[in-house]
Amino acid sequence: MAKENILGLSREDYKAGETTLCPGCGHNSISNQIISIAFDLGLKQENVIKMSGIGCSSKTPAYFLGRSHAFNAIHGRMPSVVTGATTANRSLTAIAVSGDGDSGSIGFGQFKHLIRRNVPMVYIIENNGVYGLTKGQFSATADEGQTLKYYGTNDLPPIDLALEAVISGCTFVARSFSGDSKQVQALLKAALSHNGTAVLDIISPCVTFNNSPDSTKSYPYGKEHEVPLHDIEFFTPDFVAAREEITAEYDEGEAITVEMHDGSHLRLKKVDEDYDPRSRAQAITTLERAYREQLFLTGLLYYEEPRPTLADTVGLGQTPLTQVETSKLRPSREALAKLMQGMM
Amino acid sequence: MGVADLQTEVQSGTSERIVNDVALMVATKNGSGSQTSNNLIVRALFKMGIPVNGKNLFPSNIKGLPTWYTIRASKDGYIARREITQIAVAMNEMTAAEDIANLPAGGVCILPGEWKWTQSREDVVYYEIPVKETLKQFDIPSERREQVGNMVYVGAVAWLFGLPLEILHEGLMDNFKGKQKPVQMNYQVIEAAYQWASENLVKRDPFVFEPMDKTQGKILITGNEAAGLGAIFGGMTVTAWYPITPSTSLVDSILDYQHLRKDPETGENTVAVIQAEDEIAAIGMIAGAGWAGARAMTATSGPGISLMAEFTGLAYFAEIPIVIWDVTRMGPSTGLPTRTSQGDILFTYFLGHGDTRQVILLPRDPAECFTFGWQAFDLADQLQTPVFVLSDLDIGMNNWMSDPFEYPDTPIQRGKLLDKESLEAFIADKGEWYRFRDYDKDGIGYRTVPGTDHPRAAFFTRGTGHNDRAVYSERSDDWLQNMGRLRRKFETARTLVPKPEIEYDPAKEIGVISFGSNDPAIREAQDRLAADGIHTNYLRIRALPLAGEVQEFIQKHERVYVVENNFDGQMAQLLHMDMPEDTTHVRSLALGDGLPMTPKWVHEQILQREQGN
Repeated sequence: MAKENILGLSREDYKAGETTLCPGCGHNSISNQIISIAFDLGLKQENVIKMSGIGCSSKTPAYFLGRSHAFNAIHGRMPSVVTGATTANRSLTAIAVSGDGDSGSIGFGQFKHLIRRNVPMVYIIENNGVYGLTKGQFSATADEGQTLKYYGTNDLPPIDLALEAVISGCTFVARSFSGDSKQVQALLKAALSHNGTAVLDIISPCVTFNNSPDSTKSYPYGKEHEVPLHDIEFFTPDFVAAREEITAEYDEGEAITVEMHDGSHLRLKKVDEDYDPRSRAQAITTLERAYREQLFLTGLLYYEEPRPTLADTVGLGQTPLTQVETSKLRPSREALAKLMQGMM
Repeated sequence: MGVADLQTEVQSGTSERIVNDVALMVATKNGSGSQTSNNLIVRALFKMGIPVNGKNLFPSNIKGLPTWYTIRASKDGYIARREITQIAVAMNEMTAAEDIANLPAGGVCILPGEWKWTQSREDVVYYEIPVKETLKQFDIPSERREQVGNMVYVGAVAWLFGLPLEILHEGLMDNFKGKQKPVQMNYQVIEAAYQWASENLVKRDPFVFEPMDKTQGKILITGNEAAGLGAIFGGMTVTAWYPITPSTSLVDSILDYQHLRKDPETGENTVAVIQAEDEIAAIGMIAGAGWAGARAMTATSGPGISLMAEFTGLAYFAEIPIVIWDVTRMGPSTGLPTRTSQGDILFTYFLGHGDTRQVILLPRDPAECFTFGWQAFDLADQLQTPVFVLSDLDIGMNNWMSDPFEYPDTPIQRGKLLDKESLEAFIADKGEWYRFRDYDKDGIGYRTVPGTDHPRAAFFTRGTGHNDRAVYSERSDDWLQNMGRLRRKFETARTLVPKPEIEYDPAKEIGVISFGSNDPAIREAQDRLAADGIHTNYLRIRALPLAGEVQEFIQKHERVYVVENNFDGQMAQLLHMDMPEDTTHVRSLALGDGLPMTPKWVHEQILQREQGN
């Protein structure tokens, strides 16, 4: 019998349709990690919304969490749709998948404004530096000087979506590699625990149009060059309750523990040099250095205590708007009569 | 001095007194604060029981450009804009010559005495008033001087034509929400100007205002304020918007009245208002909210509608209930941003690429803005589609005399929305539930929203081709079946949207069709035509798709005129398209000059054609 999670569901129950992406596409790997962590965490799919725009990456919500409502919106405008949906029902958990074309070009403005509003959601960017569905044009994250078959050389500098997220006020920014399933899973779990916008810029190679070893978005490059800033472990609140002293095994300076809003913990174990993701200045300078020195740094780049979410800033209570009783949605007859009287 | 005293002052020798039947125009500079003084006059006339309108013909500018405000008082209850105004309050030196030139013979001009000017017309009565001198008597802060200076003409108008001072005082109390300091600052100037006028002016014109009882039980309100209230009473829970003239005050109204929707038990807000980064984001937000189960709306105008086209197509095809207010202004392009128009009919009707048809409501006045304000949400939920409400700048931003709003006569309608229990029952009954299957043969499926705690509640929403199980499909038969169902749904919409308002007498051969803010102009023009022996029936379209009654009305008349405030005659084109064989006798009368429709124009157009017959 298949293994069951806390909800009595098997990993199969977290699957959806078969992928129609190219065999070997990095995006499929990310879909699989989503299925795995949702199963592990015992995520209630009925309360999850899967959101996307347009592009290869945006097709993927059809391939995971079949019991969740999904909205495959229009190109680059997924952020506004999530903003509306989570305002309507603040109890929903939003998992969104976007691409570098979706978020870095046509939807760049929405990407940044969503972050500014701190809409609580997991915002995954499956970043491959290329437009797949339209057959191989450069995206805004493509390497400067890179050459592609039909479109020649890219003469423009890349946009770093993780850096853009940090600058826009995002409270959870990570970069990862679809080939590093362990890290992707830990970051996804942490992102789900975050009460605010969590951006995961995951380099996810396009095996058809952009997988030559000299491309920073390729499998060979990622496998050879990925430099994790830390080893990441995620502990659920249950786990934390069971083992209070989770930092005890490590010496001071060897690990940073971040307590998340829902009581879960992230432990970031030092790999090489010290990196504290709670410093915005360090995040920015590190990303700048990564660009200058062509380093593929992955991990939790930036984290801060979540500031108020959009639902808080627009003054909503805890009751989701969609669950307010219909009888409370219309002021009384007397209220209207009084208003009218005052206008006569 | 009271109104009665004033009447005795009307000199003998002038022509007969003209009571409560005059249009007055105030010319000022934009940004000078004349809205307060003009509203004061409008409100005073309204409180005197005289039917009145107030229309602001203003430039797209913060400060400095000329602006005109027209006020019409009509004992007969006509509240359309009059092309000719008999009284000009010429407070803007830049336009004074033109303002005077536009007066009819026997007109009146009130202007500041300190100007150097030469009298250009013998057939106009002039009153010079000392604006600067009057202000000098008082200690008024320099930043207030321009606005308070407008009270000089209010005082003069009050004495010349008969506006009681106490009503003006009440108006100031109302305007400044009872704050004594600004009330006193303004009122002292009105009083001084009134006093000066009584001592120094001799009334030489026939126009007077006298109290009557024709506004009893009525209210004075803008369409945007009414529409905002309609949304509050319609159970709106999410509004996302981007500021644009002339729709902005609609969202201001929602903000002003959202306190009415505080949950009495928890004190929590049940309304969220988000100012988006642009109109694309605004409609994206409400598409997300509507999909998630909110009653969601936005308010915008033409340029915003252009930006919303892609999302509107998605909401149509993915069948998401949303409400979109288009407070129409004059296009194409940026056009005349502060001038009225009915030019978005065809654009919104077909908004979205591919074969798209949208539902549109067409309110005529603030009362209907309120009614359609709540009804639009019911229709959107019942039809699971975007519902547009096309108001315009004239209704939206100008003060209209209106019947008080009627409380909704039906409870909130959520349409075919399945929750956990009803989904369970549905599946038990039918053995299945598929999102887009046409179980009732009305083109409308049953929907669930995210968060419904049932393992089979979820479905995939997309703008790509899908079958009735909401599964991606590129098959031609699936595509055709879906499009056919959407068309069937549009036919259902035809039966659910507000019916046209029809005044029909079989003895009359001529039919007039119009919609929206043209209504007062049409009615007055009908009376004028009747005086010429031309008798007309009238049908006012209140929604698209067109109800069957429109076709019947057209069939029953020898000649039909379609009157509208746009350049191309868009509604007439739509009639021709919808019923080509029945519309050979339908003629378009379209103006589209940026101003509210006048009875004069409608009268002349129909008269000219009928005389040619």
